[in-house]
Amino acid sequence: MKTCLVVDDSKVIRKVARHILETLDFQVREAGDGREALDSCLATPPDVILLDWNMPVMSGMDFLRALKDSGLPQRPKVVFCTTENGMAYIRAAIEAGADEYVMKPFDRETLESKLQIVGVA
Amino acid sequence: MPGSAPIQGSAAAMNMIAALLEQRTGQQIAANRAWRIETALKPLIRERGLATLDELVAALVVSRTPELSEMVVDALLNQETSFFRDAAVLESIGDAAWEMQAEMPGRRLRLWSAGCSTGQEPLSLAMMFTERESKGQSPPEIIATDVSGAALARARAGRYSQFEIQRGLSVLRMISWFEGSGGEWVANPELVRKVQYRQHNLAGDGPPPGRFDIVLCRNVLLYFSAALRRKVLDTLAAAVRPGGLLVLGAGETVIGLSDHFVPSERFRGLYQAVDPGTPAHSTRLALR
Ligand SMILES: C[S@@+](CC[C@H](N)C(=O)[O-])C[C@H]1O[C@@H](n2cnc3c(N)ncnc32)[C@H](O)[C@@H]1O
Repeated sequence: MKTCLVVDDSKVIRKVARHILETLDFQVREAGDGREALDSCLATPPDVILLDWNMPVMSGMDFLRALKDSGLPQRPKVVFCTTENGMAYIRAAIEAGADEYVMKPFDRETLESKLQIVGVA
Repeated sequence: MPGSAPIQGSAAAMNMIAALLEQRTGQQIAANRAWRIETALKPLIRERGLATLDELVAALVVSRTPELSEMVVDALLNQETSFFRDAAVLESIGDAAWEMQAEMPGRRLRLWSAGCSTGQEPLSLAMMFTERESKGQSPPEIIATDVSGAALARARAGRYSQFEIQRGLSVLRMISWFEGSGGEWVANPELVRKVQYRQHNLAGDGPPPGRFDIVLCRNVLLYFSAALRRKVLDTLAAAVRPGGLLVLGAGETVIGLSDHFVPSERFRGLYQAVDPGTPAHSTRLALR
């Protein structure tokens, strides 16, 4: 069973994502900001991270940079999942090392499709 | 005014709608899926200021323009599709085209996407072949057809909702080929121009002119009766050159329906066109 870490400051979004991911046979973990997510990754790296952009404490971008610098031997796949849908944001995310990008709102098909593209579903 | 009133259809009205759909497209609505008629037509009924399915049928009877009946048929067609649907199959198509090109250097290959819906399938082919150009593969001619004028209009416009653009398409391909505009994503006109769209009814029209090297007819046959599937496979056989390939949807097969095609030995899931009674490999040799 693959694990997915859902990083979002919104409890509702985490719940929706968890529900969808569980129907896709993922084991789901949650984090409310980048800091928590980083701790969780360093403790046990997941296969894939669903990452929000705007969060208190540590943003998605800062998390991504910190994850890169953390020296994890195998970096989990990172799928940004955000309401930001401008080209500039998408390009910045890819440059920072995101593997995929989901624009909210998303549905089951969107998520499944993106997870297939990064090779974890 | 219509609004919350239930849109009930009498059996006669349902039968007439089902007959219209079958006559125009060959598609049959199974009795246990008749409820689909009401659900699918509800928006059109409301939009027209009508209250019930029976009123819509009455409007169809007196209407002198084909416009309303086309709208009814469009609303009833299942046009579900996505970019890079069954991505591995598309890669096989790319590889098969590469081999064909090596066998027949200098000839431009021709592909037909039959039942192309809103364009995701032919655009995926166009993206894939453009990406393969850098490896020396020449892009084929791509003809894409559908019975639905509404689906073709959307395909030609190349505009997709945020949900549609995120189904099957990687973010890299999305930003290379599409431009965001007010919540929609618009395909680069250069990409759209790589596909020639035409209206074509698989149930009634003969094949488009010329022979094709590869024909895709994915997730279309499943809505037809067995008899019509046979007939459509004959049409497709007339369109594919000997030794050419046919691609069906993941759950579809020619087995028991056509002896114009045999499973390709080289490309899993694809079918090769043969003269009935001729083994596939001799057709292949005859090509050279
Ligand atoms: C479910 S979609 C499949 C689209 C695409 N080939 C795919 O696999 O994603 C089926 C399409 O077949 C079209 N179709 C149905 N009956 C047809 C007919 N008689 N001739 C041509 N196209 C037809 C519908 O309008 C619809 O766009």
